[in-house]
Amino acid sequence: MSNVQFLTAVIVGLSFALYIGIAIWSRVSTTGEFYIAGKHVHPLANGMATAADWMSAASFISMAGIISFGGYDGSVYLMGWTGGFVLLALLLAPYLRKFGKFTVPDFIGERYYSNTARQIGVLCAVIISFTYVAGQMRGVGVVFSRFLEINVDLGIVIGMIIVLFYATLGGMKGITYTQVTQYCVLIFAFMVPAIFISIMMTGNPIPQLGFGGSGADGVPLLAKLDGLHQQLGFDAYTNGSKSMTDVFCITLALMVGTAGLPHVIVRFFTVPKVKDARISAFYALLFIAILYTTAPAVAVFARTNLITSVEGKAYTELPSWFRTWEKTGLLAWVDKNEDGMIQYRKGAAIDGNKGKPIFLPDDIEGASGERLMKMSDDGEGAFNTATDNENELYVDRDIMVLANPEIAKLPDWVIALVAAGGLAAALSTAAGLLLVISSSVAHDMLRKWLMPNIGEKGELAAARIASVAAVIVAGYLGLNPPGFVAQVVALAFGLAASSFFPAIVLGIFRKRMNKEGALAGMMAGFLFTVGYICYFKFISPETNNADHWLFKISPEGIGAVGMVLNFVVALTIERFTPAPPENVQRLVEDIRVPIGSNEDVEG
Amino acid sequence: MSSDQDQQRAYWKANVRLVTILLSIWAFVSLGCGILFVEQLNQISMGGFKLGFWFAQQGSIIVFVCLIFIYVRQMNRLDKEYGVEEEDAE
Repeated sequence: MSNVQFLTAVIVGLSFALYIGIAIWSRVSTTGEFYIAGKHVHPLANGMATAADWMSAASFISMAGIISFGGYDGSVYLMGWTGGFVLLALLLAPYLRKFGKFTVPDFIGERYYSNTARQIGVLCAVIISFTYVAGQMRGVGVVFSRFLEINVDLGIVIGMIIVLFYATLGGMKGITYTQVTQYCVLIFAFMVPAIFISIMMTGNPIPQLGFGGSGADGVPLLAKLDGLHQQLGFDAYTNGSKSMTDVFCITLALMVGTAGLPHVIVRFFTVPKVKDARISAFYALLFIAILYTTAPAVAVFARTNLITSVEGKAYTELPSWFRTWEKTGLLAWVDKNEDGMIQYRKGAAIDGNKGKPIFLPDDIEGASGERLMKMSDDGEGAFNTATDNENELYVDRDIMVLANPEIAKLPDWVIALVAAGGLAAALSTAAGLLLVISSSVAHDMLRKWLMPNIGEKGELAAARIASVAAVIVAGYLGLNPPGFVAQVVALAFGLAASSFFPAIVLGIFRKRMNKEGALAGMMAGFLFTVGYICYFKFISPETNNADHWLFKISPEGIGAVGMVLNFVVALTIERFTPAPPENVQRLVEDIRVPIGSNEDVEG
Repeated sequence: MSSDQDQQRAYWKANVRLVTILLSIWAFVSLGCGILFVEQLNQISMGGFKLGFWFAQQGSIIVFVCLIFIYVRQMNRLDKEYGVEEEDAE
């Protein structure tokens, strides 16, 4: 075990011990505590917990890399995943807190006085959460394997045990306080390397300012990067390649989808007052914005640094980090023109095995000493082929965050910290999602529908059993990722945008909205969005391109259309059907004002 | 009772107006400046950034944080003004 690995194991181990300690300290004994932490969470703590809940393995490890390779196109994630919090804060959080129950399907069911509505809510919540959680478990495994060279599967199992411990024992209370700690770990781990790499590239310690700064040659970094991109045949970094309609729709779908994700919404049920729900939405976005404004800066630093340190250089003269990451398979070089120099151009360097490199045994080296890929069919499984463009370099986009500490020559403990940060990001999100699944099952399916006589103790036991089952299913999905997991993340956002968001907003802002309208709207949004995504992802993936898309909108952005459809259908049907009963109208009036938020919650 | 209801109705109106204004700004900076007018704004350069690009990757996020802050302050004021503030927790 190397020095770095030893440090990583120690730091990760310490962080896990801390999470388990919190779990034991925060054991709960009532469903109110299990589902919403008894509404005793301080707004500042809730803000941090929401930030950790929201920022997943993808935000921490992959986002900067996605932006780095997409340039302007990456803006959809930056604006989409933060803009949703404005909608959440202004349109949903305070009112749902005033409503004061346990889950999102709870609100849908009571506001639309219908068990069918509640069941549609449960179905959407469970689909969204499982889609999302599989990726988190995978993320845990990947971090373990990269930093500790532990097998991915073993990593997933370790992650499952940790989550199981604090989610099952402590429910929402345990999850909240571990998420607070996890936020601190992950933001520290993200910022330290970012600050150092900013100083290295621009002399400015604040990455957000360094982003617009210039290097030692006095040329603004972004202008320099645009120039490099054009020289090498890439699209200009600040322009991007997606159509404007598509960028618009994807951004909108991500914004609305973010606001409609049940694991985020439910966090606002945990604070004592309506006022606290508002201010904790502010804290949450503030804490998220620290990472989200840094990520695009990191993207530019890392991209510029990558191009200037490897392009046109002889392999033998490359900095040592290149070899380190070549070993992990995140970088690979194939010397197509056999000149011993690295040519980095637009296009994929290799083909076969879904574009990922497969290496020959380590003792076989190339002419310059590089790690060789398996470029011929030896009859034993997949192999790579060289593409016929000039690009010789394979770069996995995750490297942009993972390799930063090494590129910036930071000490080993920073590398260890990045590992702990990645795990914190993945585990905190996974726990939030698992709670949504277990509360949907125990509360909305059993207590409110199938077994109304289950009682408080029975419901709590059911919630615990459901969360154990959910962890096992999530772990299974992480261990055997169905090929479609990566593709259905669009589905989670599309579903949240086209089903939950309009139904909740109308339920608050339109008093006359009735069961018929809301149900028809949700069904229309749901079927349209799911149908469109499934058609292009599974039924007819070969036609998944701009020529066949409706209004040139990709499946990632279709949730925006689904949302509009939901609103239109709901408002039309509502016109021709009777107004909701008196007591429901009173409920709507009641959730619109903060006064009276402390009345006791009954399950 | 009925004056209470009037108060609450007026409170709701003021609330909806505030939300509408803030969401218009929200849409303008992100969907507007960051996407629809990005090419025009990119003609302008400020502090090493093309302006449209800056709005898309930094500016809109900063504005979002400010919007929620303003919302929280204004709503707390409205709560008091219309007498619908929450009583303190037990």
